[in-house]
Amino acid sequence: MNLTLKVWRQKNRNTEGKIVDYQVKDISPEMSFLEMLDVLNEDLLRQGDEPVAFDHDCREGICGSCNLFINGRAHGPESGTTTCQLHMRKFSDGDTIVIEPWRANAFPVNKDLSVDRSAFDRIIQAGGYVSVNTGGTPDGNEIPIPKEIADRAFEAATCIGCGACVASCKNASAMLFVSAKVSQLALLPQGHVERKTRVENMVAQMDKEGFGACTNIGSCAAECPVGISLENIAILNREFLAAKATSNNLV
Amino acid sequence: MFPESKIPEGPLAEKWDKHKFNVKLVNPANKRKYDVIVVGTGLAGGAAAASLAELGYNVKAFTFHDSPRRAHSIAAQGGINAAKNYQNDGDSVFRLFYDTIKGGDYRAREANVYRLAQVSVNIIDQCVAQGVPFAREYGGLLANRSFGGAQVSRTFYARGQTGQQLLLGAYSALSRQIAYGKVKMYTRSEMLDLVVVDGQARGIITRNLITGEIEQHAAHAVVLATGGYGNVFYLSTNAMYCNATAAWRAHKRGAYFANPCFTQIHPTCIPVSGDYQSKLTLMSESLRNDGRVWVPKTVEMAERVRKGEIKPQDIAEDDRDYFLERKYPAFGNLVPRDVASRNAKQMCDEGRGVGSTGLAVYLDFADIIKRTGAEAVSQKYGNLFAMYEKITDEDPYKQPMRIYPAVHYTMGGLWVDYNLQTTVPGLYATGECNFSDHGANRLGASALMQGLADGYFVIPYTIGDYLASTPPKPVTTEHPAFKQAEADVRGRIGKLMSINGTRTPDDFHKHLGHLMWEYCGMARNAEGLKHAKAEIQKLRKEFWSDLKLSGTDGELNQALEKAGRVADFLELGELMVDDALDRNESCGGHFREEYATEDGEAKRNDDEYAYVAAWQYVADNQPEILNKEQLTFENVKLTQRSYK
Ligand SMILES: Cc1cc2nc3c(=O)[nH]c(=O)nc-3n(C[C@H](O)[C@H](O)[C@H](O)COP(=O)(O)OP(=O)(O)OC[C@H]3O[C@@H](n4cnc5c(N)ncnc54)[C@H](O)[C@@H]3O)c2cc1C
Ligand code: SF4
Ligand code: FES
Repeated sequence: MNLTLKVWRQKNRNTEGKIVDYQVKDISPEMSFLEMLDVLNEDLLRQGDEPVAFDHDCREGICGSCNLFINGRAHGPESGTTTCQLHMRKFSDGDTIVIEPWRANAFPVNKDLSVDRSAFDRIIQAGGYVSVNTGGTPDGNEIPIPKEIADRAFEAATCIGCGACVASCKNASAMLFVSAKVSQLALLPQGHVERKTRVENMVAQMDKEGFGACTNIGSCAAECPVGISLENIAILNREFLAAKATSNNLV
Repeated sequence: MFPESKIPEGPLAEKWDKHKFNVKLVNPANKRKYDVIVVGTGLAGGAAAASLAELGYNVKAFTFHDSPRRAHSIAAQGGINAAKNYQNDGDSVFRLFYDTIKGGDYRAREANVYRLAQVSVNIIDQCVAQGVPFAREYGGLLANRSFGGAQVSRTFYARGQTGQQLLLGAYSALSRQIAYGKVKMYTRSEMLDLVVVDGQARGIITRNLITGEIEQHAAHAVVLATGGYGNVFYLSTNAMYCNATAAWRAHKRGAYFANPCFTQIHPTCIPVSGDYQSKLTLMSESLRNDGRVWVPKTVEMAERVRKGEIKPQDIAEDDRDYFLERKYPAFGNLVPRDVASRNAKQMCDEGRGVGSTGLAVYLDFADIIKRTGAEAVSQKYGNLFAMYEKITDEDPYKQPMRIYPAVHYTMGGLWVDYNLQTTVPGLYATGECNFSDHGANRLGASALMQGLADGYFVIPYTIGDYLASTPPKPVTTEHPAFKQAEADVRGRIGKLMSINGTRTPDDFHKHLGHLMWEYCGMARNAEGLKHAKAEIQKLRKEFWSDLKLSGTDGELNQALEKAGRVADFLELGELMVDDALDRNESCGGHFREEYATEDGEAKRNDDEYAYVAAWQYVADNQPEILNKEQLTFENVKLTQRSYK
């Protein structure tokens, strides 16, 4: 099939960007979306133009690198799918496809479609861990965990840190991302010791990074490629209130 | 003279404990006076950086990814081995050791592998304590499954996302040390050279991928945890950015490269569908626990399937050949990877392959679905089935998967001694980037184990031995070696940018990949290898005279990054071919057609080839020197592997 692409081009963080039109031809429906972009980039490079910069790596939907805003939707038209797992069979000959980067103040553009998501790392650094050093830990089976709890913690832990939740939210809130880590560790006994300080510190860092407030619209969960549930936000809110009421943070 | 492997004296089971007692210690107050560079934040690097920082060293960690959490380890699906014997099915440290040595076709060091099996049990405890959500039984205890090459259930897993959960565990430990200020993290920062001062590794040169700035970083020791080089084949199951540059640059600064031809071809991957294909997707080996591998019994039947005249589900039981179950009744579908891959290739070579290209065999779940129901199957493999359907548009609950072997893992890598130190003092290599534990073939679920063993439990001890004999004086980038290495890096980038030819980096990479797959892939022979060597040399010349790039080097330029990596692959590829040519035997993943038993199994030659081939760089376009580390086996008897 033949397609018209409208792609966001921006030299770097400090310059303005704009949409540029490109035509791509003979695209096979079996191709992945990123393979279609590979075709465009090879053409551009051969002509001596600059290829479109975009982030990707595993192309298996697990590393969280890919992050394109396609026709107004984070990761494109197919629900529960990362950009790299989207295939061209979801499009038709003659389509026009608009491709933009994640838009959020906390995610500045590096170049073209590549954005800086280091704010997520800093939120995890604020408390997204259990404070254990290497060595001296008890035997793995000394902490039995009910299967249901382990499964729920696992579901929360599958967040790939892609940022689609932020990109889909009109407030650019990072609540879904933060809540996934908070509830994983709140559900598991290993995380209980630090649960209060963890939620307080992570929420504080989230605010500091300039993410918006959560107003319970739910577009984050609707667009999350791995199905992180809104229930996690409810858990975060509960954890946060409980922490505020009986804080361990010594002021 | 070959550097010593430094294997401690004494009985196998006591070597590691004795060694830990004998290594020199850095006193706690002095640790903060030592800087350590860790390149790579996958399982091996993430675990090492966090653990070294916890001990008190100042760590500088580097990754070319935008976040340490995105390392390729994240993609591992199936699981991680540990000799816990929670299933009471006869597992033990010795059995894991034995399976790994045998699985590796007797080309790994006994002492290293035994240590790996020993610390495997600590890894699980560590990860559980971090909050890694492993699969559990209803009673709340940890669940296990079995994997290829083993007759016990010792694999721990987190649905089909084990690598993700283990890496997020290491990433959380690393994040904690970054918050404490003990690790300084450099993301989107690519190591382009190693700096050696007076024969010791003292730093690295990096390029900031966003700004293009070239930076010098100094430290008392450097740890490489930069992953494998499977992408030399262009198509592989590795993530797109996996590359050999860090290891190859270190090699050219003096680190020997061991067994480069030992690459693993994974039997269960989604087959290639077209020229545009950018990577191949693995379907976890765990699927072979319940999936049955087959092809039609006759070439005629296979032809009709290829033309789409009949569907696999309509082929009668009697017309199917479950070839692994037939040939290997003891292990059945769970034979090691190299055996399963070669057999699939053989079926396709016979004309019994399926799919439109004929380069595929079936992996069928109909039996298990009938036995336990679709829901139970989805519990175990749900995400893998969904991924398969997304890519192929076929539903594996209704029709068998089509699979074909693909490049997956590289057993070869930087040569290291028992301490994981390379031949450059002060330079260590961990995880997939070293050669140490898997011999000629890696067993499933053992790479994650090795990466975390190296990072959490080995390097924190062994690096102390080196640092303790290094004065705790600050190291700086003042030495002229830094300036020289930086100039070399700039020179190379300048050269790449100025060629202004016609072929893109991807174009060269595809060409190289094709050569490697055809002549140095699943089956090799001397004639093909010689041909490949000449072709690679030609291609390398062309690369340096006809490469096309655009933009500048002072900005994010992904084609330039790629070009640098392809340039290194073009050198490494030739060394792989040399190594494959030198090894006149078949073992594990290295199958030389000239050396096979009557029924087509790999034929080892222990008298002449029970050695590690450690290659030493001399100068560009000159043959490398082959150094041999003789392997001795005191605790296992070398036998022809049999899975029948
Ligand atoms: C699809 C797939 C599934 C797998 N499943 C399993 C499994 O179920 N069980 C199992 O045991 N094994 C599995 N493996 C193998 C296993 O995942 C890898 O061998 C292992 O994760 C490698 O870890 P590592 O830490 O050595 O390297 P990696 O995780 O590859 O990390 C490399 C790191 O080095 C950095 N880096 C590299 N070069 C540079 C440079 N020049 N400058 C700066 N940074 C650099 C990267 O950014 C990255 O952080 C699988 C592999 C694949 C491909
Ligand atoms: S919560 Fe979902 S959308 Fe948000 S970062 Fe995690 S995986 Fe991506
Ligand atoms: S490239 Fe890894 S999730 Fe898409």
